Parts: sequence; structure tokens; C-alpha cells
Amino acid sequence: MTTITPSRPVARPAVADFAHLLHAEWTKFRTVRGWVIAVIVAVLVTVLLGLFQGSHSQVAPCITGPNGPACRYVIPAGPGGESVTDTFYFVHRPLAGDGTITAEVTSLTEVAESSQTLNGRPVSTKPAVVPWSKAGLIITAGSGQGSAYAAVLVTGSHGTRMQWNYTGDTPGLAGRVSAASPRWLRLTRAGDVITGYNSADGTSWTKIGTVTLPGLAPTVQAGLFATSPGYSQQTSQQLTSASGTAAPTDATATFDRVGLHGWPGSSWTGTFVKGGSNSPYVTGHEAGYRRAGSLFTVTGSGDIAPDVTDGVPIDVLFAGLFIALVAVLVVGAQFITAEYRRGLIRVTLAASPRRGRALAAKAIVLGAVTFAAGLAGAGAAVLIGIPLLRASGNPVYPATALTEIRVIAGTSALAAVFAVFALAVGAILRHGAGAVTVVITAVILPYLLTAAIPVLPAGAANWVLRVTPAAGFAIRQVIPAYPQVAASYTPFKDYFPLAPWAGFAVTCAWAALALALAAHFLRRRDA
Amino acid sequence: MRESLHAEWTKLRTLASTFWLLLAAAALTVAVSAAAAAAVRCPSGGCADDPAKISLTGIYLGQAVVAVLAVMAVSGEYGTGMIRLTLAATPHRLTVLAAKAAVLTGLVLVTGTIAIFASLLAGGLILPGHGIGPSHGYPAISASDGPVLRAAFGSVLYLALIALLSLGAATALREAAAAIGAVLGLLYVLPIIAVFTGNATLSRHLEQIAPMTAGLAIQATTGLNTLPISPWAGLGVLAAWAAGALVLGGMLLRSRDA
Repeated sequence: MTTITPSRPVARPAVADFAHLLHAEWTKFRTVRGWVIAVIVAVLVTVLLGLFQGSHSQVAPCITGPNGPACRYVIPAGPGGESVTDTFYFVHRPLAGDGTITAEVTSLTEVAESSQTLNGRPVSTKPAVVPWSKAGLIITAGSGQGSAYAAVLVTGSHGTRMQWNYTGDTPGLAGRVSAASPRWLRLTRAGDVITGYNSADGTSWTKIGTVTLPGLAPTVQAGLFATSPGYSQQTSQQLTSASGTAAPTDATATFDRVGLHGWPGSSWTGTFVKGGSNSPYVTGHEAGYRRAGSLFTVTGSGDIAPDVTDGVPIDVLFAGLFIALVAVLVVGAQFITAEYRRGLIRVTLAASPRRGRALAAKAIVLGAVTFAAGLAGAGAAVLIGIPLLRASGNPVYPATALTEIRVIAGTSALAAVFAVFALAVGAILRHGAGAVTVVITAVILPYLLTAAIPVLPAGAANWVLRVTPAAGFAIRQVIPAYPQVAASYTPFKDYFPLAPWAGFAVTCAWAALALALAAHFLRRRDA
Repeated sequence: MRESLHAEWTKLRTLASTFWLLLAAAALTVAVSAAAAAAVRCPSGGCADDPAKISLTGIYLGQAVVAVLAVMAVSGEYGTGMIRLTLAATPHRLTVLAAKAAVLTGLVLVTGTIAIFASLLAGGLILPGHGIGPSHGYPAISASDGPVLRAAFGSVLYLALIALLSLGAATALREAAAAIGAVLGLLYVLPIIAVFTGNATLSRHLEQIAPMTAGLAIQATTGLNTLPISPWAGLGVLAAWAAGALVLGGMLLRSRDA
């Protein structure tokens, strides 16, 4: 007599099980011709539009200089490699070795220039308040564009500050300078180290900051400077018409009791430090200085700051990305809604009774395919597009290798997260058209209304880009926003309210929430 | 044709989703419009804002729901296989498409009229409190104002044309998700690409031919000289897109097996 032992399926290890699931989902994906074609088309469109952008965009405005229109210009780069504006009136003298320079600033006033006459002089000027006009003491490695420097300065309405190497900025005493409330400034050099001080009375000094300028030459240029950025008046909250008007401004500062300690005296020289004639920066024309004993009056125009308005960011090469995204969102939603329509979902769930794992396998396959496609498309668009942009005369905003990687890999990852989001919404709604509509209106419509055709006012636009899944587009922001540079930091100008990774995290949170809901419904509902 | 119209009307009327989609289209249009009007601030006056256009912001979202409704009127039948019955009952296939277009247009015109005028009413109530009203030198949002009336009726026609464009695209593509993706991509992505080109001439041409930017020129009541295309010409461009989609859809419907 034989005993029949009921055959029991051999328990497969969970990992191998999941690998089978992944393989099954990958097979489903690659055997649907429409999806494969959609992904390939998405990659091709991203690359081709990127190349078209690179060869056809003339993003930089052509400046009409004294020698006729000039479309090719070079934006100076600072010590850190970033685009900078380095334009100011400089009353300076060469100084060797260590020493200290001190001065009392008794006034700082600004004027805005009206339209110009034919020979480039302003017809008239009128008093203005320029918040980031600057005047003070500066020690610079040279008067070449983009030289390393450290400065203590008074500003139009941001108090006394110490600034260095274009991006560094530390606040000192608050308040606007006047004859009744002057500001004493001091810069001390000791080797590579420069320390800035300020004082309200010239006796009790407070340190603002200490900076190191590596490799500073033994002989530097030091002295007084004044500069004032072109101001723009925003005429409307509604960004559609926020063209505004940019006008050159001039700042005039009065320095008293200019003193040098440890540095032997020599005569002062006045120089209008500025870029070539093709410099795109809006500068005034009344620059110069007067001296009466130890009293100096310096007038200048321009800025010593990062340049956020003139460079072409590499993300302009991503026009095709949005067409690709539509394809990715449709495929992502269909990856599960098609199973519901065809009834295949019942087979899928019978084969993998642990439904959450089936969903996870789908998400991983879809995310991996989209990420790989994104890397191919965005990578080719950027890497081939940048040389094309340069060849067609655009001053490309210098991006570090890390930024380029963040823009390319981050955008690919963003596309992958959007695809998973679409999959999750598809699993929740179980209806292809409904899911596609929801994800497109959640992902692309907020971007359209805030950054492309700015229908919403800036405040509302910033909130939309903080809370909707479109927040993740921040991952491709190339030019940082600097508080010490007055510019229109709005989504329309490609500035996002959240930092790149924070915006990406918001999109991930949406995808995670949708996936959790999808898993919940998948377990609770009959298929 | 009358039987076809009656049949299409019965099919659309008896789907629960039709009512909910129309309600959603109207509600979202009004809600987003009111939110946009509430978000605008112009404390110092002199803003170059267009009160009627702000009051109609919701159409950007409302049109997506209208597009879904139109796509489902065709793709829904393909999804369930109903289309074979429909075409068996009415062998002249273009009659089916025409009947669907007529019924949809009627429904969207009625819903659109309610949504657009409710949006304008909300804008007229909210905007003056935010510095954009007659007391600040803006034209009042009233039905007696020619440009406002043109913006209002034009917006209703815009929604109807979006429905026809979507109907044509769905007839051509059959698959619902692909059709709605194509329509929303066409509407939403072309304006984004126009901005990306960075080339002013190219960008303007794209805005002149893109169905959404051209069609919504009808909403402008101020700054008409800065529009990429004049209001009625813009609506004409959208009508050409809709006609093109319907012709393509009709040709494919006639030549393909269902």
C-alpha cells in the first residue's frame, strides 16, 4: 500500500519570485508595440528639438553698441566660474603687502537716467532709490573683469555689508547712510585673509566678516568704488505684461577721512571698470570722481555681483521634454488601465496574489524604462546642444559638471516619477482617459499657467509650483537666485520657488501618495 | 439623420458620466476663475491686467474636462464594442459622426454658457475689491461692453470647438487614453514649446498656429495690439484645427473596420 502525499508546491524564495514578476511586467511592456514606439518617439523628439533649439535659438538680445549691433558677447566669469557683472567706478592705487584702508561714507544718492540722446548721454536724470546701489572700500586682485575681491560697502536700502567674490554677502550695520548717520568702513589685509569692519562713529568698530582670497597677489588694487545696477520697474502683477522698463542709474557717494595704514602713499587713479563695448549690462554714463583734500566724491554705475539675466541656461534645450512627458504619462497610465480594459489584470493578480507586489513590479519596470529613455534623450539634447548654442553665438550660462548631471539625471528621474504617478492614478481610476487627463492637468497644466503663459500672478504662481506635482520641474533650474541681485525671480523667468531637490521631493511625495492609495484600492477592490 | 441624432442623444444622456463631466467642467471653470480673480492684487493701480481674461482663467482647466467628454463619446464606444452596433444601425458612418458632433456641441454650448457667465459674474464681484475695477479706471465687466461680450461668447464657442477637435482626434485614434493625451498635448504643450524657442519670431508664429493660444485670443479685452493673432482670426485657427481633426477622423472612420 502506498501512501499518497499531497504534492505541495515548492516554496520559491521571495526574491526569485519578485524577479519573475519584474520579468513578466517587462515582457508585457516591450511586447506592446504602441508603447515601445511612444518611448522611442519621446526620446527622438527630445533630442531633435534640443538640437533645433541649440542651432536656432537667439536667446541673447543683440546689443546695439557704438560699432553697430553685436550679438556675440562674452559674460565675464568670477573666481568660482559663475557669470558675473563687474562694472563700477574705481578710485584706486596699487598696494603691496599687508595693510588697512579706512574711510567714512557720509552720503549715498542715486539718480535714474531718462532716455538717451544720440551720442549716448542721458537727456535728464531724476532722483531714485536703488536698493542695491553700492559704494565703499574694495581690495581686488586687479581691474580685469571677474577679478577676485573683497569689499565693505553701504547700499541703497540694505544697510552696510561685506561682499566678496561676487556671490559672498554678509550684512553689517542696518540703515541708510546720511550726513547725520555716517558709516565708517575698514578693510584689513593680512596675506590672503581680508577682514571687513564697520562702525557708526569711527571709534567702536565691529567686524562684519573675514574672507580668504586664495592666491592673492602681493600687490593688489585697493580704494573706493561706487556702482548702481540698472533698475526695472514692474508695471504689473500679471506677469503677461511684466515687461517693465529698465533704466540705467548712477550712484554718487561721498567719502571722508580716507586713510591708509601700513601702506605707503602714492597718487589715486580713477577707472571705470567695465566689460567690452558689447557688455549687455545697463549702465549709466555719469561716472567719475572729484577730490578735495581727504574728501572724495565718486559716481559710478553697474554692479559687482553674479549675473543672472544675460546667460543662456542649458535647460532651454529641453523644449521636447514636454512632448515626451505627454507620451510617458499616457504610456504610464495605460500600463495598468489597458490590463483592466482587456481583463488581463485578473490573470496578473491570479499569478501574483500579493497585489502590492504586482503594482511594485509595474512601477519599477516603468520607472526604469522611463529613466533610461530620459537619460538618452536629455543627455543627448544637452551634450550636443551646448556646443550648438555656443556656435550660434549664445553666451551659455556656465554650469558645473555637477549641475549638468543634476539637470540631465534629475530631469530623467523626474520623468520616471511622473510615469509612476500616472501608473498609480491609472490603478486608482482604472480608466485610461480619466487617468491621462488627471495626470496631464496635474503635471503640465500648472507649469503652463505659471511658467509658460503666466496667467496667474507671481504670488499664486509660486504657491502652485510649491504644492502641485509640477514642483519637480525645479530640478532643472540652472541659474540660482541671489538675494543681493534685484531681478524678476519668477517662474516665468525660470526661477522656481523651491530648491531643485525640494521640488523633486514634492513630486516624489505625490507619486508615493498615489502609489499608496493605488495599492490600497488594488487590495480592497475586486479586479 | 434625425434618428441618428436621437440615438446619440439617448446614448449620451443615459451615461451617468456625461452629467458628472459636464458638471465638473462648469464647476472647475468657475472655481479656477474665481480663485485666479481672488489671487490678483493691484493695490497701487495702473496694472496692465485684463479683467475679463482673469475672470475666465478657469477655461484652461475646464477645456480638459470638455475634451474628456468628447473623447469618451467615441472612444467609449470602441472600448465596449458598442461602435459595431452603432455602425450596423447607421451604415452611413459620417452621419454617425455628424450626429455625435451636433449633440456634443449642443451640450457643451449650454454648459459653457452657464460656466462662462458664472465666471464673469464671479470676476465682476471679486476683482473690484482687489484694485481692478471701474473705480481704478478699468472697464467694468458687463454684458453691455462689446469686448467683454465678445470674450464671453467667444469662450463658449472655444469650448465647443475644443469638443469638436477632441471628437475628431478620438475618431482618428480610437483609443481613449491616446486620444486625450494627443488633444491635451496639442493644447498644453505647444505654448510651452513656443516659450522655449527663445526666438521671438518663431515663438510668435507658434502662438499663432497653436490651437489654445490662438483660440484664447478671443478672451482679450485690453492690449489687443500685443496679441499674437486677432481675436476672431484666432478662433478661426482653432476652428480650422477642429475641422481638420473631424475630416481626418471622418476619413479614417469610413475607411477602417470598426
